[in-house]
Amino acid sequence: MADRPIALQAKPNDNVATIFADDITAGTEVVVLNAAGEERQMAVREAIPYGHKFALCDIAAGEQITKYGEEIGVASRDISTGAYVHVHNLDSMRGRGDLERGE
Amino acid sequence: MPSFWGYRRPDGRYGARNLVAIIPSVTCANDVAQAISRQVAGTVAYLHHQGCCQLPPDLERVTNTLISLGRGPNVGAVLIVSLGCEGTDHVRMYEELRATGKPVEIIHIQELGGVTRAIRVGTDIARRLAIAISGLQREEADIAHVVMAIKCGASDTTSGMASNCVIGAVSDRLVDLGATVVFGETTEFIGGEHLLARRAVTPEVGQRIFGIVDAMETRAKSIGCDMRRGQPTPGNIAGGLSSIEEKSLGAIVKSGTRPIQGVLDYPDFVEDQKGLWIKDTPGREPEILTGMAATGAQFMCFSTGLGAPQGFPSMPVIKICGNPHTFARMEEDMDVNAGLVITGERSIEEVADEVFAKMLRVLGGEMTKNEAIGYFSAIDIHCLGPVI
Repeated sequence: MADRPIALQAKPNDNVATIFADDITAGTEVVVLNAAGEERQMAVREAIPYGHKFALCDIAAGEQITKYGEEIGVASRDISTGAYVHVHNLDSMRGRGDLERGE
Repeated sequence: MPSFWGYRRPDGRYGARNLVAIIPSVTCANDVAQAISRQVAGTVAYLHHQGCCQLPPDLERVTNTLISLGRGPNVGAVLIVSLGCEGTDHVRMYEELRATGKPVEIIHIQELGGVTRAIRVGTDIARRLAIAISGLQREEADIAHVVMAIKCGASDTTSGMASNCVIGAVSDRLVDLGATVVFGETTEFIGGEHLLARRAVTPEVGQRIFGIVDAMETRAKSIGCDMRRGQPTPGNIAGGLSSIEEKSLGAIVKSGTRPIQGVLDYPDFVEDQKGLWIKDTPGREPEILTGMAATGAQFMCFSTGLGAPQGFPSMPVIKICGNPHTFARMEEDMDVNAGLVITGERSIEEVADEVFAKMLRVLGGEMTKNEAIGYFSAIDIHCLGPVI
């Protein structure tokens, strides 16, 4: 198992998966494994570090990003299937004293 | 029914260690407490930074937390080191700790005529206390006497998908055996508080969970900035955690699946509460480890992804590492490799078996890695108001 690049999708409605493999670059085919043990093959669009996430489908700016079946933030720009998802395109909605000050 | 071998205390609790606690009633007594502890075998000093020029509710909080630390079952005797003019109530500290039936002594630096004399007198007292408790033998104790504290620190995305799942499985087993489990890190409920509230035994407990999260988030927001980089930390972000919501959803996995019985305040000691409890604490190590030791926990299970080596002077900490790369790099600080869940070589339940076995050995005296290396001096008490 360790020799195949694995990504985990925690819950069925998650629109991101977390990669647990090294040397993932644009075009790398990864095995997306869900909690039921089902697998599917998918290519990522860019380099993604170990433990980081990519989009399982297109996510439009303003849409919710879901992991563990729950909201972990909102897309701050359009995200394509297979693209890297992190702080550059995911906004947290909590602990945002900056937003409250602006209101 | 599993059991463990512990030191029976006068109040009926069982300790996993048999230590003399040197407790400075105020940070200004730290140097004396540290000098005594360095000199006398079998002692530990709680070198915190509070206890004076704070608002009255915080002074009471510090007094109560220090009392709870002294009541801990791993502590066999106590020496309080007071300066003499501090804001904490050292008289109440002495009286309440005396009431536990343990040997308790107190010295006052100003009254004794200064630092050197206080070190001399304190060392003499600590030596007598250490010898007095050193002959105590372990007795077999029911597992229901266990109070386990849990925490995750220096987390990455493996924490929520491996090591915290393992601790959750251990937590469920202990709760089912009639023991007590306490988890905290209120900041890391943000975004997952509704999931915890659903597990509350009453609507009031559920409301309390929402209340402590709101208070913590409001305090953070009052500074007027984005919390990100404070929580999640730069290390968490480098480890793949993009938001506090993602960090929280992974963090609360360590609480397992059992009902949540209630919320303890930071200084609270577990009297006779059983099952799964929350303690209202921040996530930073010095403050949460102190708060968790103050519950009376005999040990802690601590999950990490990036590699957090800290422990606590009187509470052995079992490090469970979710990231296989980190385990390979930092094996000398990590007790259990939960990274094998990520690589698919072990199941969560198999690693939970390993942790449970290690737990019973640690309760019976086996050292954890951070305990053996003595990496536990950076501790503190979490206060709410300003230093004035």
